[in-house]
This record gives sequence, C-alpha cells and structure tokens, in this order.
Amino acid sequence: MSIILSFESSADETSVAVVKDGNKILSNEIATQIKSHQRFGGIVPEVASRHHIERVTILVDEALADANITYADIDAIAVTYGPGLVGSLLIGVTAAKTIAWAHNIPLVPTSHLAGHIMAARFVKPIEYPALALLVSGGHTELVYLPREGAFEVLGETRDDAAGESYDKVGRVMGIAYPAGKTIDELAHQGKDTFNFPRAMENDGTYEFSFSGLKSAFINTYHNAQQRDEVLNKENLAASFQAAVVDVLVNKTAQALDHYPVKQLLLGGGVAANQGLRTALANLLANYDTEFIPVPLKLAGDNAAMIGAAGEIFYRKGRRGTYDLNADPSLEFEEY
Amino acid sequence: MKILAMDTSNQPMALALVEDNRVLSEKLTNEKRNHSVQLLPMIAEMMQEVNWTPTMLNRVVVAQGPGSYTGVRIGVTTAKTLATTLNIELVGVSSLAVLANNIDQVDTLVVPIFDARNDNMYAGIYKNNAVIWPDQHTNITKLIANLTEFNSKIIVVGEYQNFVEQLTASFAERITFAKGLANLPKGSSVAQLGTAKAPEKWPHRFVPNYLRVSQAEADWQAKHPNEIEKDYVEEV
Ligand SMILES: Nc1ncnc2c1ncn2[C@@H]1O[C@H](COP(=O)(O)OP(=O)(O)OP(=O)(O)O)[C@@H](O)[C@H]1O
Ligand SMILES: [Mg+2]
Repeated sequence: MSIILSFESSADETSVAVVKDGNKILSNEIATQIKSHQRFGGIVPEVASRHHIERVTILVDEALADANITYADIDAIAVTYGPGLVGSLLIGVTAAKTIAWAHNIPLVPTSHLAGHIMAARFVKPIEYPALALLVSGGHTELVYLPREGAFEVLGETRDDAAGESYDKVGRVMGIAYPAGKTIDELAHQGKDTFNFPRAMENDGTYEFSFSGLKSAFINTYHNAQQRDEVLNKENLAASFQAAVVDVLVNKTAQALDHYPVKQLLLGGGVAANQGLRTALANLLANYDTEFIPVPLKLAGDNAAMIGAAGEIFYRKGRRGTYDLNADPSLEFEEY
Repeated sequence: MKILAMDTSNQPMALALVEDNRVLSEKLTNEKRNHSVQLLPMIAEMMQEVNWTPTMLNRVVVAQGPGSYTGVRIGVTTAKTLATTLNIELVGVSSLAVLANNIDQVDTLVVPIFDARNDNMYAGIYKNNAVIWPDQHTNITKLIANLTEFNSKIIVVGEYQNFVEQLTASFAERITFAKGLANLPKGSSVAQLGTAKAPEKWPHRFVPNYLRVSQAEADWQAKHPNEIEKDYVEEV
C-alpha cells in the first residue's frame, strides 16, 4: 500500500498527480502550454520554463485536494528528472525536492520514459517478461522488460522520433503544432495512394529511421506545389501514417519473434494513434501475447504515469538526495 | 520570526537564517556549480546547524530577479514551493537591491550592475536605500545618460568589469567601484530587505522578475502588435 505524489515537467505540460499503489489514479492535474508554443510552431524552452513556474504549486494543491489527502498521507514523491528540456525539468525537480525536504518524505527520481511505459499499469498489472513500444515526441524505441524495474532498449530511432516526424510533416501541411492527432484523423478519411518508403524494414535490427520518409513526403508536397497541383490531404495523411505504422508494426513483430513475452505495452504520445493501435491489435491476434496500449488520456505527458513508474522504484528502494539534478539525456536506469 | 533568505540569481549563492533581526547563520558560495545541485542541501545543512526544522520557519525571502533566468527560477521555485507547502509567508526582493544594500554611503548614487553580455546589463540607481531609477534591462549608453542627470558621487557594485572604462571616462572625478566581497550578494541583506516588506498576497502566482520577455516572445509580439496577452496555459 502506498500513496505517491508525482511531478512531471519535462516538456510543455506541467503535471502533478496522486497515485495509489502504483495503479490507481486519485488525481492527475495537467496544465498544457500547447497554445503558447503554437505561436512559435514548436516548443520554445525559455517560454516553457516560464510557464512551468507559474503553475507548479497550484497543481500541487489541486492534486492533494482532488485526491482528498494531506502531506501526512504521502509515502513518497516521484519526479521526472529526465529526459527532456533542462529548464523545464528543473522546475518539477526543484518543487519535488523542496516538498520532500519540507515534509520529510522520501524522494524517488524517475525516468520520463519508464513513466510513459508504466502508464500501462493503469490498464492492468504488468506480467513479465514484457515488451514495450515507446513512441513519443522525442523517442521511438523497442524496450524489453525482463522483470519489474528493468528496461533494456533493443533498438531506437537513428534520426527523427515518430511523433517528431508527424509534427514536421504537419508543419509543411500547415497543421498546428503538435500535428499528430490531426494527421491521424485525416488519415482515417483517406487511402494510402502515395506509397512512401518504409525504412530499414528488414535489416535485422530493431532500429528505426523516419527522416527518409519525412523527406519523401516533403518532396512530394513541394513538387506538387511547384506544379500548382493540390494533393489530397486525406490521402497524404493516410499514406504517411501507413508508412509509419508499417515500420513500427514490422519491427515490433520481429522483436516479438525473438523475445517471447507475455505482454506488449504501447506508450508515449503517439500511442494515442488509432491506426497504430488497430494495427498492433491485429498483429497480436497471431501471437500468444496480450496487447496493452496505455489509455488514450495517459499517452501524452502526465504525472500519473510518473507515479506508476515511481512506485516500482520506491518499492525497490531507489531514493533521491537533495542534490538531485535534471538529466536532460537520461534514458532508463535499472534498479 | 524565523526567516530563511536566499539569492541564486547569478553565479554566487547567498543564504541566511535570521531570527528577530539576528543573523544566526550566513553562507556564500561563488563557484561554477549548479544551483539546483547546491541550494537545497545547503539550506538543509544550515537549518540543521541551528536546530531548525522546516515547519519552524515563518517567512521565506528570495531574490526575485533580475539575473540568470535559470538561477532566478531555482531560487523562486524553491521559495514559493516552501511557502505554499508550509503555508508560511513569502517575500520577494530585487536582486539588484540586494547588491545595493552592500553600500552604506549617504547621498551617493549606488549603481548595482549584472552583466548581460555585449553592452547590455541589468542595472538600477539607488540613493539612501530608495530607488531613483528602477531596475531594468538596459545598456551602458543609457545608464551613462541617466547618471549624467544627477551630480552626486557614484559607486558601482556587482559585475561592472566590462563597463569600468566607459564609466570612468564619463564620470572620472565622481565615480568609484566597490571592492572585493562588496560585489557579492549577502544572505543577510536579502533577509533584511525582506523583513521590511509585506508578504505576497498570492504566493502561488509569484514568478521571477525577469525584466525581459524571452526572445521568441519579443519577436512574436513585434509581428503581432495588436494581439492581446492571453492565458496560454490551460488545465486539461
Ligand atoms: N493520435 C496521434 N497520432 C500520432 N501522433 C500523435 C497523436 N497524438 C499525439 N501525437 C504526437 O505525440 C507527441 C507528443 O508525445 P509526448 O508528449 O509523449 O512527447 P514528448 O514528451 O514531447 O517527448 P518524449 O516523451 O519523447 O520526451 C507529439 O509529437 C504529437 O504529435
Ligand atoms: Mg513524453
């Protein structure tokens, strides 16, 4: 039994949550800065840091009130200390440390990536070994989880992350940042007519590459513009999405063939993608592996997922000290 | 009244514990180490030395800026989090006023400066502990123009190295530059200035005094002169 207060501020969402036993959300307050960064077409780090400091303490009070608890009820404070933007991370880390010290509560440094994956705990208990496909704005990775708290990266993207490629393609199409959700919606109204390249599909690695696809898309788009030809938006989106999903599904299938696992977890902002969720569900019909995509509402950044991952590290004894710093290029740590 | 005072607005880090106007402990570091790594451990250590626990605090005073954006944010986040989580008073003081407070000379223009690279600086003009020219992001030319308006003696304090030549050329007969330790902030000054002020009414809304919009927002505002400030952050 545990109650964890958790903090997330790695990018453009400030979030504070209260999670019980690592798998029940008592509160999950999220303040998103998307509207602000839309002015600039993407996240501006200095602006993000300024917004985080405006909100963080308000969210703490709201999280406690909504969960109907006081500081005396809290067993540990989990906080994202990386990866992400250093100035953004520092606000969550500083607030979390300060509360930990003020109320003498154990501090549990937590990886944002472990958080994205462990959001699956809110669906059902994780059974190990498991495999995770992590697809977000900054990461695209296949991660093997031999046991609780252990994360082995089998392969990752060599260039753009999946979410990043959605956002870059969206920018070209004039879609507001972040473009993933809109392209996903457009894709469902179109057909794969452009046949964009699928990179590294059968190269025997678990690595990804999306920059070739992005370039192919942009070339097609600009060439058409020069000919004053208007391409069908829906078909463009459907073709782009089909290429992304094909590569993700193909590599996941190869990993599943090599690592028989009980569950496949799908996490990160792009886990909200309907095309991807459907394709992976179809794939798993052929495997003796259960498919657990994170809930739609918990795919993007939120503090509840940090509470879910932090609870594991808390139970295993990981503790942070008051000199905890942000680590912008953190990946996974074993504990 | 037990006060914790802190200034992390530039490379130096200044802390003090003050009880009823008596300084119980004061610390100053001035090295290229991250404030986020140093600040809380040092607060914890100082508090332990005087046998205070966090819940015994009545007021937190913090240098609210200007200064390094990240540095100021570390101090302000720590201070506002402490104040809101312990439900105690929060006071913000000017980081430039903290430096000006090091100079104890009547009828003298005290000019605290933080170097903001190139010809730019954060500076203000103080006299007899009052603000004559408010803290601002400015440049050496404007500062000199403003100092020309007054004819008192001038003493410059803080990060003035890159401006000595120009200032001396303009005010040779009436300008001096603070020496050594007087150029570093003191935790006890932060506490002293913070004792005199009324606490923040809305500590949750307390944010740094950057005295400058970010470059991205400045560019955006220039392109969208008629757009009114909106609330750009939404709870979902
Ligand atoms: N339905 C969707 N289809 C595709 N992409 C989506 C969808 N919804 C959101 N995204 C993408 O998810 C990304 C945001 O995810 P997330 O918030 O996890 O990323 P991040 O936190 O910025 O990066 P990271 O977690 O790697 O540090 C954006 O690139 C966005 O376009
Ligand atoms: Mg994320």
